[in-house]
Amino acid sequence: MARYLANRLFTLFLTVFIAATLIWIIPRLSPVNPIDAMLGRMASGGGTVENSGAIMEQLMERFGFNDPWYVQYGLYIKNTLTFDFGLSTSSFPTPVAQMIGAALPWTIGLMMVALVITFIIGNALGAFMVWEHTPKPWKAVIPAMMVFTSMPPILSGLLLMYIFSSTLPWFPLNGAYSIRVEPEWSLSFIGSVLHHGVLPAMSIVVVTFGFWALGMRGLMITVQGEDYTVLAKAKGLKKRYILYKYMIRNAILPQITAFALKIGMLVAGQVLVERIFAYPGMGKLLYDAILTQDYPVIQGVSFVIILMTALAVFLVDLIYPLIDPRIRLGG
Amino acid sequence: MVDKNAATPETAAPDMAGLTKRQLKRMKRFDNPWNNPKLIWGVTLLMGIVALGIFGRLFWDTELVFTGAVMPSQAPVGFENLRGQVGLASSPLGTDVAGKDLLALLIVGAPNSLYVGVLASLIGMSLGIFLGFTAGYTGGRVDDVIRVGSDVMITIPPLLILVVVQASFGDITLTMMALLIAAFVWQSPTRLIRAQVLSMRESGYVQMARLSGASDRHIMFREMLPNLVPYLFGSFIANVTTAIVTAVGLEVLGLGPQRVPTLGRVIYDAIDSAALTRDMWWWWGFPTLLLMVMFIGLLLINLGLDEVSNPRLRRL
Repeated sequence: MARYLANRLFTLFLTVFIAATLIWIIPRLSPVNPIDAMLGRMASGGGTVENSGAIMEQLMERFGFNDPWYVQYGLYIKNTLTFDFGLSTSSFPTPVAQMIGAALPWTIGLMMVALVITFIIGNALGAFMVWEHTPKPWKAVIPAMMVFTSMPPILSGLLLMYIFSSTLPWFPLNGAYSIRVEPEWSLSFIGSVLHHGVLPAMSIVVVTFGFWALGMRGLMITVQGEDYTVLAKAKGLKKRYILYKYMIRNAILPQITAFALKIGMLVAGQVLVERIFAYPGMGKLLYDAILTQDYPVIQGVSFVIILMTALAVFLVDLIYPLIDPRIRLGG
Repeated sequence: MVDKNAATPETAAPDMAGLTKRQLKRMKRFDNPWNNPKLIWGVTLLMGIVALGIFGRLFWDTELVFTGAVMPSQAPVGFENLRGQVGLASSPLGTDVAGKDLLALLIVGAPNSLYVGVLASLIGMSLGIFLGFTAGYTGGRVDDVIRVGSDVMITIPPLLILVVVQASFGDITLTMMALLIAAFVWQSPTRLIRAQVLSMRESGYVQMARLSGASDRHIMFREMLPNLVPYLFGSFIANVTTAIVTAVGLEVLGLGPQRVPTLGRVIYDAIDSAALTRDMWWWWGFPTLLLMVMFIGLLLINLGLDEVSNPRLRRL
């Protein structure tokens, strides 16, 4: 168990470290010096940018171009690991960390909700596709629901927006809460947040539950043929009891590890969903930063999202031994 | 170990009794696992998109993708735009606000997305085959490094690294985008092949080949690789999907190639100009539809390949 943990912890650190290093190296490989490019943009903006001197100064200091590369790199790693990403250039002098802090709860909230819904729906449908007692009409309908599987959620998002927001005015087109309510812990605010969250969450759910359903189907087919399932049937246990306690309980384990492989794609998909729904999470922050060429924000957001992904995988690895005793005892 | 298990007596015989004629006929078709309806449908859909790209160029003027080529904001034939103008036959799928012809954008853009997907996946696949075989076959330190490397890289979302790349490099070409995506799609084939090679290494026929003095290369390419073919195909298609998803994602963020029309870029322009609130559904609708057809085609191929490599998934 300790060995298993140490292993996972090592992978976590390595992932974060490599991601941080990539983010550091890539701009340095570019033939365009980011600071020169930024100066050019400021000049072409006709001096409309205030504080440009201060911005340049902090950028020069931050990138530390006069130091040797290992000093620059060491400084960068130290700053990154302490979540000091510098100051935003588009909304100078707001610290990038503060902007990320404001966006992060929205992203995590939306993701958790979408994830829980997809995991439950996907695994249930996958199990029912295989279960021999599923009503016939259901068996015919379920595969047809999978057509959206593996699409990027922007496509489903656009469709849902068009149907349930532009054509039928049921849900708001963008934002995370109505501008008419105060952001506070009140019923009307929470209601507004839920109302605004339906379409973004749905567009993620529609394209991801098929992944779980298809995985579950494969696992259930294997479990269906196992001796313990046959024995449970022979013992005359109730059909539903066998389904939940014998089949799903065993089939669901690899699904949880599959989560670790899928999370990167989920995160990337959500970035895009937030962009089209103007949802105030990390995706929108990243998109706005791309538009305004706000390099420190792009770096900070990319790093934090990768960190989140790696942490999620690590958490899955931590939870896994709790539900699978073979790993708990074996390691 | 993979195909042709479909109709072995052990699996098929107990069910034979109560089958109707139709089911028996379908069963016969499974004698050749590659003759799978999902696979065939999926390939047909993708070929349709390729055909649109090839024949579209012959019958439609691709110069119309440029700004101001046609009258802006026209609805498709048979529909009206917000100003009540009827769509003209000169732009059957309508035009965007900059006067680009939608049909021409689709003809040029759709093959570009497929090109990025296939190229990125081919490169990722080759890397994956090489690393997977090396790791599984050599074992030891090399295996450790490759295993940890793919574990680490699989959690990093390619989209974010690509955003950083593009933010620092500016414009990129289609091929460069494919190469960059390829750097993120070698992990899953590597893991898959490594696992298969590890289990095959101990199997009877590989031991046999080794005993009869076959070279490592012979064992890898002649004994092991043929058994991996359905898995490789499946992994390849899954990677094409991932690559296209990533490419479209970049394009929808306004990154990706700036001078070549791509479907994601058309969607980006549409969202950016508020096509949804202006009720210009054709602008974002047609590229979305085409991408959906592409993804459904890829999904069907993947499901079909699953059935080819895992006979238990085949249904009567």
